[in-house]
Amino acid sequence: MAAATAHSALVGGEVSHDVPGRAGFRGTLRSEFTKIRSVRSTYWTLLALVVVCVGIGGLFAWGQAQRLASLRSGTTFGGRVLPHAQAVALLAQRIAYVRSAAVSISLFGLLIGQLVIVVLGALVITSEYSTGMIRTSLTTMPRRATLLAAKGTVFAAVALVTGLVTSFLAFFVGQAILATQHVSATLGTPGALRQVIGGGLFLAVCGMLSFGLGAMLRHTAGAIAAGIGLLFVLLILSNFLPSPPSGWFGQADIDKWIPFYAGAHIWQDQMTGVNPFSPWVGFGVFCAYAAAAIGGGLFLFLRRDA
Amino acid sequence: MIEAQGLTKRYGGTLAVDDLSFTVEPGRITGFLGPNGAGKTTTMRLILGLDRPTRGTVTVNGRQLRDLAWPMREVGALLDAKAVHGGRSAYHHLLCLAQTNDLPRRRVEEVLDLVGLREVARKRCGEFSLGMGQRLGIAAALLGDPSILMFDEPVNGLDPEGILWIRNLMKALAAEGKTVFVSSHLMSEMENTADHLIVIGRGRLIAECSVEEFIAANSQQSVRVRTPQPDMLSAAAAGAGATVRHDRSGVLTVLGMTAAQVGDLAFEHGIRLHELAPAQASLEEAFMELTASSVEFHAGLPRGAGQHEPAGVVGGMAPGAARTGEVA
Repeated sequence: MAAATAHSALVGGEVSHDVPGRAGFRGTLRSEFTKIRSVRSTYWTLLALVVVCVGIGGLFAWGQAQRLASLRSGTTFGGRVLPHAQAVALLAQRIAYVRSAAVSISLFGLLIGQLVIVVLGALVITSEYSTGMIRTSLTTMPRRATLLAAKGTVFAAVALVTGLVTSFLAFFVGQAILATQHVSATLGTPGALRQVIGGGLFLAVCGMLSFGLGAMLRHTAGAIAAGIGLLFVLLILSNFLPSPPSGWFGQADIDKWIPFYAGAHIWQDQMTGVNPFSPWVGFGVFCAYAAAAIGGGLFLFLRRDA
Repeated sequence: MIEAQGLTKRYGGTLAVDDLSFTVEPGRITGFLGPNGAGKTTTMRLILGLDRPTRGTVTVNGRQLRDLAWPMREVGALLDAKAVHGGRSAYHHLLCLAQTNDLPRRRVEEVLDLVGLREVARKRCGEFSLGMGQRLGIAAALLGDPSILMFDEPVNGLDPEGILWIRNLMKALAAEGKTVFVSSHLMSEMENTADHLIVIGRGRLIAECSVEEFIAANSQQSVRVRTPQPDMLSAAAAGAGATVRHDRSGVLTVLGMTAAQVGDLAFEHGIRLHELAPAQASLEEAFMELTASSVEFHAGLPRGAGQHEPAGVVGGMAPGAARTGEVA
């Protein structure tokens, strides 16, 4: 029976075997794009990113607008009536602050949004291990550097596009709310465009940092914990650590190396208590952290048994 | 063609694969046999480049997997049915694999038809039964219409219909001239499927030969005898240099003599025979015999639970004495 079976009935058709070239980056890129768009967790995480960033930024902007509205009617935010002169002075002070920080206020949600993109960045690689898919992936594309590069490229592109959309959306929603009190910024405001684009870049690099950690640790929970630790916990801890003895160096000089402070200056105007790098230099430092994580991930990915 | 040369893999203190050399030839089904924990899966992982050998080399079509221009067009493997992302549909699972090797989209449809998963192609494969998962894994292996196919325990968890389907598929693929390498810990499965055998135990090569050779070389010729005078026959056979086993039903198994010799012996001693039949040892028995010393984990039987004694009783002893283990 076997010998008589036609080839097409057996394997379902012909596949040419003397194709020139070799399986490489382009095909793997298409494959990785199929992978990321064919699981629901991608959409849920990206939706969560947009909702968190736009929602929290909008809420923060709304709070600032309400505060200004109260002062204009002569009361504090809590409703206490202020002497006229004091209310006027406070209002002027407040308006000056909100105007100067209008972009940062609308992008405030990125502080939490970075944690969401960390989840997706880790999942992109660790889900291959938790499901066992990595064994199938590496059997079909055994050139590991190609596989990881394609995976990283696809995720970086998805994270960047979503990050930019998120950042612009948060900016416009926040400014629309601040505009009710005539304190909004436009994209033409000096530095505003850099901040909004920087917000998208920042989110993408947060994701890539987490992707690198995921490649190193191979466990979803571990990679997410490490990502949040580096981005968020370190930031909080720095506010509780004792200052070094005076005359050595200022704490602000250490703090600027903390990943969040280095990376966030590109979208945040004010950084209290920190003597930050300039926005682009800081972002470069932040990118270097992500590159180190990805480099470590690649190193281990090439050497370890899968 | 798969060629392993001195293949060795050590995990920490455990030697999973120990100096393994073998060749898997095209055009036939090569069974890869060994008890659980013998190193079959590790060997397959080494062939696929998932693990790096501690020593030695293994090549597919003369090269390491990562050096093949189009890996899927040369090698297809089913390692385990769970190596898929459960949140992805069967269609997208196969599509993302096909794209790495620039295989056309129609291939995905074709293999889905072939394994009978077209109806559920859009369902998330996490919802698949084990049997459907195996079919999906086989579809993935066949995507590139490769000349080498590897299946690790493909019939695990399948119903009889599924087992028959896989068996016929493997036979058809081998008949086409493809290299089919299939592992199993079940000898009975291989007996019906494989043309050639590679047997390992504790990571070492035990045998590499055809199924017939394997049985011939590893099982003694035996003759089944029934007689009302078992003690006399035992003594006579032992005197002639043969070994006699008694089993509970009073049947004797004589090892080391042909049926004709046993019949002549009985005639000479005036022993009446009620039954005399040459028996061929099954592959299962030969396998058990061969790997008995190389099983990693021996399951302990509960004490006094009426276990069967390995009936290695030399002629001359009374049948009752064979069960001393029970009495004690």
